[in-house]
Amino acid sequence: MFRVTRRYQFAASHRLHTPLLSEEENQRVYGKCCQPYGHGHNYVVEVSARGPLDAVSGRAVDPRLLDCLVDRHVLRPFDHSNLNAQVDSFRRVVPTSENLGVEICRRLKANWSTVFAGDWPRLEKVRIEETPRNIFEVKADEIE
Amino acid sequence: MVITRKVEFSASHICRNPDLSDEDNRRLFGPAANPHGHGHNYVLEVSVEGRPDPVTGMILDLKELKDLLDREVVHPYDHRFLNYEVPPFDRVIPTAENVARDIWRRLEPHLSGGGRHLRLVRLYETPDLYVDYLGE
Repeated sequence: MFRVTRRYQFAASHRLHTPLLSEEENQRVYGKCCQPYGHGHNYVVEVSARGPLDAVSGRAVDPRLLDCLVDRHVLRPFDHSNLNAQVDSFRRVVPTSENLGVEICRRLKANWSTVFAGDWPRLEKVRIEETPRNIFEVKADEIE
Repeated sequence: MVITRKVEFSASHICRNPDLSDEDNRRLFGPAANPHGHGHNYVLEVSVEGRPDPVTGMILDLKELKDLLDREVVHPYDHRFLNYEVPPFDRVIPTAENVARDIWRRLEPHLSGGGRHLRLVRLYETPDLYVDYLGE
């Protein structure tokens, strides 16, 4: 079994703030990530898929198919966007990188069969570097 | 506990299945099917898992691992055209997956026993694409 990982980047802004908390509590929990106008990151996203070798191509994953999927459902909608204002799911959910990882995983799983029709490869995990020092990993099995 | 050693080699390859037409190869492999070949700066990470020896405090001397990687991988692969110069790639398509598996097969017999075993071969074909192989 092989795991193939592809690394992508997009730039986006976000603001960490939840209506479930008071302004004071938001400030305490999110600190400078709560500034009213938001701020941005160069996000790095690693997408890992696993599977056996395909007998014809000698590959487990066609990276060009993975690129199409990620480009369509993650990079194009997220790159140079304001996540809170322009990505529907973040109108209600705080765009922490934990939640961003869940959203990316959900989008890839939901559309996986449009490019990978067979049993393999399967999405294994999504890893997000919000900055080179802050890293988040979501396993595909953890997501509905 | 796991220790990892990293080495690099540069090599060229063609991804082409001889049973398919040129057109089908281009469709399957894209620019990697270019009949003249192309190259990569491969980066290889090899991880060995085991318990530190009670006397030396080491799972495996990293110098020993470096020498093994140089002998079994870097020397035969570096600055070579994989399809033409490095068996089994005269008959196996040198995709990153197949190269990772060949590296595993070259290293595994030397890293078994002594309370340790080969854990992972991670091969970066480019900084943005890598393959992990953990054995059969």
